[in-house]
Amino acid sequence: MKRINPKYIPLAATALVMIALYVLGCLLYPNFGSLRVVVNLFGDNAFLGIAAVGGTFVILSGGIDLSVGAVIAFIGILIASLISGGMPPMVAIALALVVGTVFGAAQGSLIRFFDLPPFLVTLGGMFLMRGLAFVVRAESLAIKHRFYQQTIRQLAIPLAPRIAIPFTAICFIAVVIVATYICIYTRFGRNVYSIGSSENSALLMGVPVGSTKIGIYALAGFFSALAGCVSTFYMQSGNPASFVGLELDAIAAVVIGGTLLTGGVGFVPGTLMGVLILGLIQTLITFQGNLNTWWTKIAIGVLLLLFIVLQKSISGARRA
Amino acid sequence: MLNAANILFWAVLAALLFFARRQRIFWPLLALTLLLLFNQLFTPGFFNLELREGHLYGTRIDILKHGGTVMLVALGMTLVIATGGVDLSVGAVMAVAGAVLAQAAAVHQQSAGVAMLLALVVSLGLGAWNGLLVAGIGIQPIVATLILMVAGRGIAQLITEGQIINFTNPALVYIANGYFLGLPFACTLVLVLLAATYALTRATALGLFIESVGDNDVASRYAGVNARFVKFTAYVFAGFCAGLAGLVAASDIKSADANHAGLYAELDAILAVVIGGTALTGGRFYLLGSIVGAFLIQTLTTTMYARNVSADIAPVPKALVVIAVCLLQSEKARRCFTRFLPRKSPAAPTANAKAGS
Repeated sequence: MKRINPKYIPLAATALVMIALYVLGCLLYPNFGSLRVVVNLFGDNAFLGIAAVGGTFVILSGGIDLSVGAVIAFIGILIASLISGGMPPMVAIALALVVGTVFGAAQGSLIRFFDLPPFLVTLGGMFLMRGLAFVVRAESLAIKHRFYQQTIRQLAIPLAPRIAIPFTAICFIAVVIVATYICIYTRFGRNVYSIGSSENSALLMGVPVGSTKIGIYALAGFFSALAGCVSTFYMQSGNPASFVGLELDAIAAVVIGGTLLTGGVGFVPGTLMGVLILGLIQTLITFQGNLNTWWTKIAIGVLLLLFIVLQKSISGARRA
Repeated sequence: MLNAANILFWAVLAALLFFARRQRIFWPLLALTLLLLFNQLFTPGFFNLELREGHLYGTRIDILKHGGTVMLVALGMTLVIATGGVDLSVGAVMAVAGAVLAQAAAVHQQSAGVAMLLALVVSLGLGAWNGLLVAGIGIQPIVATLILMVAGRGIAQLITEGQIINFTNPALVYIANGYFLGLPFACTLVLVLLAATYALTRATALGLFIESVGDNDVASRYAGVNARFVKFTAYVFAGFCAGLAGLVAASDIKSADANHAGLYAELDAILAVVIGGTALTGGRFYLLGSIVGAFLIQTLTTTMYARNVSADIAPVPKALVVIAVCLLQSEKARRCFTRFLPRKSPAAPTANAKAGS
């Protein structure tokens, strides 16, 4: 019998947990199996998913990005106030993506040129973005523009009568496909894996460690900004106080998706499954009705523990 | 406005700076002094000090009072970081401790002593859980404590059943709002814990063990140090400190708020420790530095309140401090900046050594 490569075991475990949760939901609640639940699962978690995909690159390289939630809030309020100031939505979104990418690149440069710990740099980035979001505008702002109120709805792909894949879900799926391609088939993706496995070895092999590192954080900044744009599609507004602690959910999704926090091992589709697992837990608790929201946090904590111990036992077994 | 008390204050600060001029603590202390000097010159009313009913009142006393929680957490965090780890769960532990305290005191009508004991025992247990994951199973500290960071707040909400529980027990209210010898009681708590920690780590070999484990845990194990036990103890101690901070935070608002108690406490504490000169890579620790770091953070926050900066925008200056501190501690950054300074070849290395390279 052919033995599976141990690096796929966390991924398989993630898939199993996802399927088990879905089947459990279908068995417990008759409406759980409807197409609408699946569509909503993608649509409601789109911005978390896009941010988590960006986080996957950072974590694959052995770093961490704590600025995600604050960047999404900042980009959201930035777009909202630019559009209400009369800027065309496409220009505002393009500008927001540039701002996010530049911000990510700046974080990457601090990490690259001064050897600062990513934990502290992105912590500073988080404080900065959260504060700047309030500088842009101190309270939430609804976006009233034809593009948001009509075009976004028209972009949904109809599946069945009265069920359509929302535009946010399409963005999410597109991001997962593009990021998977970058990760596996490009030189940049391979460089990310090699830096995460061992930075010194990567350097000795001739991998451009410095520029790749800046690229990783710029890419993560871009994805965070994109998540911010998608959040405005979803909420039809921007709010500087929103998405506090989203970075934790993103990291949890990445870890549950089978990516090692030490770097070097992991897959973007795993992160997709991690996000869907978080969404499934949320949906299950909503369907149950009697359970309170805090059970979500406890369930995520327990899942995190299971996956981390699983990863530990696999990497321990490989070494032995 | 300069009066006798203020002149004395500045004289003491100047003396401290002079005696610390070759110590690692000099830089955070200098930053604190500059911030206070800014306030002395430009923030009216900041340096007012009053004696009412035997208690001192004033902005500086407020800093002592509200900085207490970060200082308590930072003490535990210092030892954890010294072992080369980090504890992200302290904010959640604070929330759990507050929840246990309020639930025991207000709902189950326990006495103040029993409630506090319960809260501290639970925090010790949570610390032991972290220690078990890190030292026992060998999970990377960021990951191991992330679990409790996510789940802990859920546990706290479970204990309070999602409610904000108010309590009126005078002994519990005293912890954060009472005065002892004219100073806030929280301040006394910090001093006692600091003295105890200092004695335990510097008068015994424990501090040396912690530093050696943080430097190289394999080497210290071969040298006969029980590395696992040292790490485990550090996390238990951090849990205890966080629990104590949770008591102070809950007592401050006379209620347990599972959602907001200790929010971002882990980040503030890590920042305080790093400002104090303890490197995130472990191996060295400076307890007094962490306290000064916590002072600096709280003074910054209070300064912004005193100058009517909106609380929402307050993170921006904090972000600049984080980046500045990181750059100051980075070998590469310092080399980058000193390259542009006029070169004094024999003096250059000593300047570096003084900055604590």
